Amino acid sequence: MKDPALIFLAAFLVNNIVLMRFLGLCPFFGVSNAVETASGMGMAVIFVMTLASWITWIVYHGILLPFDLVFLRTAVFILTIASLVQLVEMFLKKSYRTLYNALGIYLPLITTNCAILGVTFLTIDNKFDFLNSTIFSIGTGLGFMVVMITFAAIKERLDLAPINPSIKGYPISFIAAGLMALAFLGFSGLFGLT
Amino acid sequence: MKKSQIFTRGLIKENAVLVLMIGLCPALAVSGTVRDAFGMGLAATFVLFFSNIIISIMRKRIPNEVRIPIFILIISTFVTIIDYFMQAFQPSLYRALGVFVPLIVVNCMILGRAEAYASKNSVINSALDGLGVGLGFTLALTVMGAIREILGNGTFLGMAIFGEGFKNASVIFMILPPGAFLVIGVMKALINRYYK
Repeated sequence: MKDPALIFLAAFLVNNIVLMRFLGLCPFFGVSNAVETASGMGMAVIFVMTLASWITWIVYHGILLPFDLVFLRTAVFILTIASLVQLVEMFLKKSYRTLYNALGIYLPLITTNCAILGVTFLTIDNKFDFLNSTIFSIGTGLGFMVVMITFAAIKERLDLAPINPSIKGYPISFIAAGLMALAFLGFSGLFGLT
Repeated sequence: MKKSQIFTRGLIKENAVLVLMIGLCPALAVSGTVRDAFGMGLAATFVLFFSNIIISIMRKRIPNEVRIPIFILIISTFVTIIDYFMQAFQPSLYRALGVFVPLIVVNCMILGRAEAYASKNSVINSALDGLGVGLGFTLALTVMGAIREILGNGTFLGMAIFGEGFKNASVIFMILPPGAFLVIGVMKALINRYYK
């Protein structure tokens, strides 16, 4: 699979990061109470995911591979991402105040978000080049955001629905997410992508 | 608290997946079959057990300001060990679990136990706590894996348990991603109904 458009579609819809790959479930269930916060979180994830895939791609191909240190991948990636998020936060706070006000509170939450680390591992496992890994991470981040916003809109209505108290909260969220995943299953096979 | 209580608390009463709702990503992603679920559970238990022990041994020497990066480094050491171990000895399981083996490092259950328990308690208690929470995680994953594999494929650990006719009637989406959400949703609803 070399075509950038197909890589984008596969990451965005067919292998949707939340519903098909089960990464980033904590923010998906935790921060999806209102459409506004969901879109803020989605934006922050796209931003950090793209930056993280650039940095880890450079670290992996520039340092780990030439020096035969691939076994340090897990430790190096998580520390790189944690320091990257800190750096981005400080930079935004100083230079781009409006962006910081919009994304700021979500940035610390993202450090331990498995979606970010997962995408960096997936780009390495899929042997993407630099351009394709950028497209892959943007597509994945967009897929996360779209699903987040849709789910937040569903949850806003679920809060008002008269349902049995024992399925209020998590259970009904899981079942709603399951139905969304069932709908997304329909995308598999699109343009021959699996 | 008695030693046995430390162990059993994480097993059932404060089960990470089904009661506290943490560590959801691997729980949903690899519970398609019993074998994958059990393997994932044991891998996470290994990491949790040993990282709890090491963190507890070093708890008086770790400076408070940089404790989280140090915890993450210790955890990622054990994740790398189990990653390479599975690659060498269980290659087919390793391929099935895929990216979720290195991702044990960001499982909030493990960092959570390091921060909340191992950094404050004695080595033996931390080891028991790690073992209990890890086996609780394994238990939850295996139950989910069993439900999904039996309904979706008609097998348990790869052995057929229904007659030939079930092949045409199996609930195929149970072993696909949507099944994971539905199974954990129904399980959580039953727990809310009968356990509280």
